[in-house]
Amino acid sequence: MEKSLSWREFIITRLIQTSGYSAILFVALIFFFLLREGLPTLTEVDMSSLLNIRWYPIEDYFGILPLITGSLVVTLGAALIAVPFGIGTAVYISEIAPRWMREILKPLVELLGGLPSVVLGFLGILVLAPFLRVFLNLPTGLTALTGSLLLGGIAVPTVVSVAEDALDSVPRAYREGAWALGATKWQTIWRVTLPAARSGVLTAVMLGIGRAIGETMTVMMVTGNAPVLAIKLGSLFSPVRTMTATIAAEMGEVANGSTHYHVLFFIGMVLFIISLVVNIIASSVVFRAKKRAERILS
Amino acid sequence: MNKIIIENLSLQYSDGTESLRDVSMEIRQNAVTVLFGPAGGGKSTLLRCLNRLNDLTEIKASSGRILIDGENILDPKTDVIALRRKVGMVFARPVPLPMSIRENITYALDLAGEKRKSKLDEAVERSLKLAAIWDEVKERLNDPAIALSGGQQQRVCLARVIALQPQIILLDEPTSGLDPISTGKVEAALLELKKEYTVILVPHSVQQAARTADCAAFFLTGELIEYGEGKTLFTNPKQKKTEDYIMGRFG
Repeated sequence: MEKSLSWREFIITRLIQTSGYSAILFVALIFFFLLREGLPTLTEVDMSSLLNIRWYPIEDYFGILPLITGSLVVTLGAALIAVPFGIGTAVYISEIAPRWMREILKPLVELLGGLPSVVLGFLGILVLAPFLRVFLNLPTGLTALTGSLLLGGIAVPTVVSVAEDALDSVPRAYREGAWALGATKWQTIWRVTLPAARSGVLTAVMLGIGRAIGETMTVMMVTGNAPVLAIKLGSLFSPVRTMTATIAAEMGEVANGSTHYHVLFFIGMVLFIISLVVNIIASSVVFRAKKRAERILS
Repeated sequence: MNKIIIENLSLQYSDGTESLRDVSMEIRQNAVTVLFGPAGGGKSTLLRCLNRLNDLTEIKASSGRILIDGENILDPKTDVIALRRKVGMVFARPVPLPMSIRENITYALDLAGEKRKSKLDEAVERSLKLAAIWDEVKERLNDPAIALSGGQQQRVCLARVIALQPQIILLDEPTSGLDPISTGKVEAALLELKKEYTVILVPHSVQQAARTADCAAFFLTGELIEYGEGKTLFTNPKQKKTEDYIMGRFG
């Protein structure tokens, strides 16, 4: 009896251990595959042409700068929309809305988060792009701004849902403590509830940005896909092409093992590194904040 | 002199529990008034009426009046923010705000519009001294308040209330989570405080009630059973129920 029990323990422990290790293994394998397919780029294309501003693979122009800037512009725009809007909504749901409103809004936001991005892209092409073209008097409605607006919309539910959980887990006693000192509702939110939940809120922001930078389908549908360097202010109102859209659009028609093929994987590596850096920055900020102050909190 | 006059106060929460039933009492200035009795008696509810913190809970019905310096604070026209600056409150669980020790004290003053550094420093020192914690934290005012021990946190919370120079201080079982030594320090601070303020305390035990009370009120299931001088009430209660509770026969 004693023996069989310890055997069961042993097997269960090992099973859990294996699934834990396999997660690491899979990430390592993916990374290895990316490196194997992407690194040959460095020998086939020299650095100067890789950092060029012209992406025209048919004639062997592999400048990836337009794609990187395209991704950054669209993501930054999306973050500027999703972060204030998402945190504002989270604060409203968790702190201000009456209970019946909260019970409607919360599932609604989560439903929004489950919307397939193709559907949003569809709406973008049919509604948002024509509207922007007429409203801003642009030659085309398929611009970086269109992509940012839609990506912002995609990231908002992620931000709201995570940030709302963080705010909700701040003990009620904190709010009462501030109220009892004569703080108004708004002062309490700004100086007490949000700071107390800040690591959770920061996680929400990072997940939202991560969602935006990795999104492919929507941006491919609505940003116009012109590989133009996007560093001028006006770039927001002209077509751009992102890294994700490039990979998705061209991978299907590229010869296996060709230079173009390797460059696409190289772009995947760059994307991987960018999201890695975002994650590292986020967790180090959270870690430092925790060390400094709320060791017990959050 | 009577600071607070409560007239026929009744209150019912929206989940149907009746928390206060027709309570009338007068609370003296510069004294420690103790509200005691078994859990669910309405003591905390009464405290939370005095600074209108109950506004934020869901209440079905309430009636009656509470006069502080002759003004009915339950009047919807009352400036609640100003009221809460005048009627400070310390909670059962210490709730240091997510800031440094110093900011915990200055936060409410800052909200009230006091920006001068000299005034703020003065208030920090004065209130921490009154709360009997100055010597323990004066070297590390910029540390996060959450890093302090529970007893120290509770005294910082008390100092935070004192800094606003309220007229009335409400304490809801302020020592329930503290060790005897910290409890003693808080109680000593209360005796000091009553010289300047009106103190209303919900104690965490009958012993504490007896130790600190100038006046004492015994609450049972929302009703005020007996109210009088602390000494008389604890040695010679008039009501059978009060006597039973003090003697530990129920509750």
